Amino acid sequence: MSETLLRVEELALHYRTRQGAVRAVDGISFDVERSEALVVLGESGCGKSTLAKTLMRVLPRNVGHRSGRIVLGDVEVSALPDERFRREVQWSRMALVMQASMNALNPVVRVGEQVAEPLRVLRGWSRRRALARAAEVFELVGVSTDFLARYPFELSGGMRQRVVLAMALIAEPELVILDEPTSALDVLTQASIMNALKRIKRELGTSFILITHDVATSSELADRVALMYAGQFVEVADAARFFAEPAHPYSQMLMASVPRLHQRLRPEPIPGQPPSLFDPPGGCRFAERCPHRFARCDREPPALPFGDRHRVRCWLHADDAQPGDDS
Amino acid sequence: MSSPPIPTAGDEPAHLIAARNLHTWFELRQWGFLRVGAVHAVDGVDFALARGESVAFVGESGCGKSTLARTLLGLHRPTRGEVRFAGRSLGTLSGRQLKAYRAEVGYVQQDPYGALPPFLDVRRILAEPLIVHGVGARSERERRIRTALEEVRLSPADEYLGKFPHMLSGGQQQRVVIARALILAPRLVVADEPVSMLDASVRVEILELLRRIQQERELTLAFITHDLSTVRHYAERIFVMYAGRVVESAAVDDLLDHPQHPYTQALLAALADPDAANATRLREVPAGEPPSLLRPPAGCRFHPRCPHFMAGLCDRDDPPEFEPRSGHRSACWLHR
Repeated sequence: MSETLLRVEELALHYRTRQGAVRAVDGISFDVERSEALVVLGESGCGKSTLAKTLMRVLPRNVGHRSGRIVLGDVEVSALPDERFRREVQWSRMALVMQASMNALNPVVRVGEQVAEPLRVLRGWSRRRALARAAEVFELVGVSTDFLARYPFELSGGMRQRVVLAMALIAEPELVILDEPTSALDVLTQASIMNALKRIKRELGTSFILITHDVATSSELADRVALMYAGQFVEVADAARFFAEPAHPYSQMLMASVPRLHQRLRPEPIPGQPPSLFDPPGGCRFAERCPHRFARCDREPPALPFGDRHRVRCWLHADDAQPGDDS
Repeated sequence: MSSPPIPTAGDEPAHLIAARNLHTWFELRQWGFLRVGAVHAVDGVDFALARGESVAFVGESGCGKSTLARTLLGLHRPTRGEVRFAGRSLGTLSGRQLKAYRAEVGYVQQDPYGALPPFLDVRRILAEPLIVHGVGARSERERRIRTALEEVRLSPADEYLGKFPHMLSGGQQQRVVIARALILAPRLVVADEPVSMLDASVRVEILELLRRIQQERELTLAFITHDLSTVRHYAERIFVMYAGRVVESAAVDDLLDHPQHPYTQALLAALADPDAANATRLREVPAGEPPSLLRPPAGCRFHPRCPHFMAGLCDRDDPPEFEPRSGHRSACWLHR
């Protein structure tokens, strides 16, 4: 039953700037199964939004270097020319909800029309048919269909975020990428949007990539977790494994730095700062802040296999790694 | 300092700052003159903070917590009621006394980058309050600036003095904001969402720093936040706000472990500690959204969303503060 939907191999994306290349995404491999949610967790500047934009091909002009393979279903989408990618993949098979996109709704067009638009553009549906479908999706995301005829300014932030989510879902994509979908919202609104996402995932079998910096939110949807640091995934693991016993020192320290509501344990800050992406250090990128640093860390660790679908970029686990698994 | 210290009324009261029946409203006008009503941002708040106490005001956006902070700082004039600092009402202070009051209170803003002037370097940013309040000679100012930087752990100070805000990381910027808030040796610091713009790993550092300075200097710290999970280790008391009012207040552990007001209970139920099991359960969230502060609902302001709503009572009469547990106040008819 587990069928791979998305496979990403050695994805890299560097930006060109006056100061040199910014290695925002630097050798990332992972896969997402059907109706699975992968959470990409990382602090600001680690390259997680660039990862989303690379997958969707919505990149700024200053891309310096792009490499790696992206396979969606049985199509190698990274090899498609732009025009075919736009017609066949973007929005119809893979949709993106960008950060703060609830503020990017067109202020002078009724939200129902905006949500219906992808169907009219991509599939050539009539206005009436597309609006009828928009009404269905509104219910799915928990917006009353009375709101179809409203303008964005008449809706609260939480409602606008749901509308944007409806827009991403309307063409029934197999994969929806959500970049910080709830970080600008209040606690209660956040919880009810996460509820809607859980329901959609169960009912439609959509796969999700949820990008966030918030550890607590990440556990609300995650089947699997990928922790990103300085352009790389340092650990990819099942959620149960990741939240209970993370393997990478950065994962462990990040989990210990999260203030908990129901525990008396004092959170511990992580000393130091992430390295610059202009010229990341040669060896392990976390070595400078790592309490377990040893001689081997001067060389870059590969993503070592560590149990079933669990990879850790850390030399500490080199001996536990299972031989024979490709990496 | 040239500005005279605020004279205290008779004997020093036990409380440093207190709000009495505090209301801060913003008038709304159409076409600039037709009065259409008022936004009841702070609408009847009472509390008293002791010297050396650290408290948190928690609530969602639009509950009036930032307006409350700015009213305490003397930036908004209360529509009704008063703020008392060291026993004197802010409303009775003269212009010069109000200036002296501003040296007694430090303000840590939410967005550190927005709070720092982009064309001034760190030395000048920290010198500004000293110059405004006429502190000593240049050498004395320089000494105080260096001490302040060391105190917020930006050391060696020489490395930071000549830098401009954009050359600093978010965490370092927030440290400069904190240093600026502390440089006049205030007795009260108001921190409005001091870490909401920062990354998870930096948040704890900044909160620890604020807490340590608060304890070392025996400051009163009022810390405004929307995130209940960050308050446990950094405050002694919590005030939960909803629609312009304080609905519940208690010691931190008591409030987090035994929430009494249905709104606080809903907030806590919506928050999660990281756990893989979260992905498989739906959370209980009260329907609807916080009310408009232009026309707040009659009776209890949470009644339209409350699971324990009692018709004829909650929608008619404003609940007073009850004390269902010792030292634990909750404004809800359930405790009647």
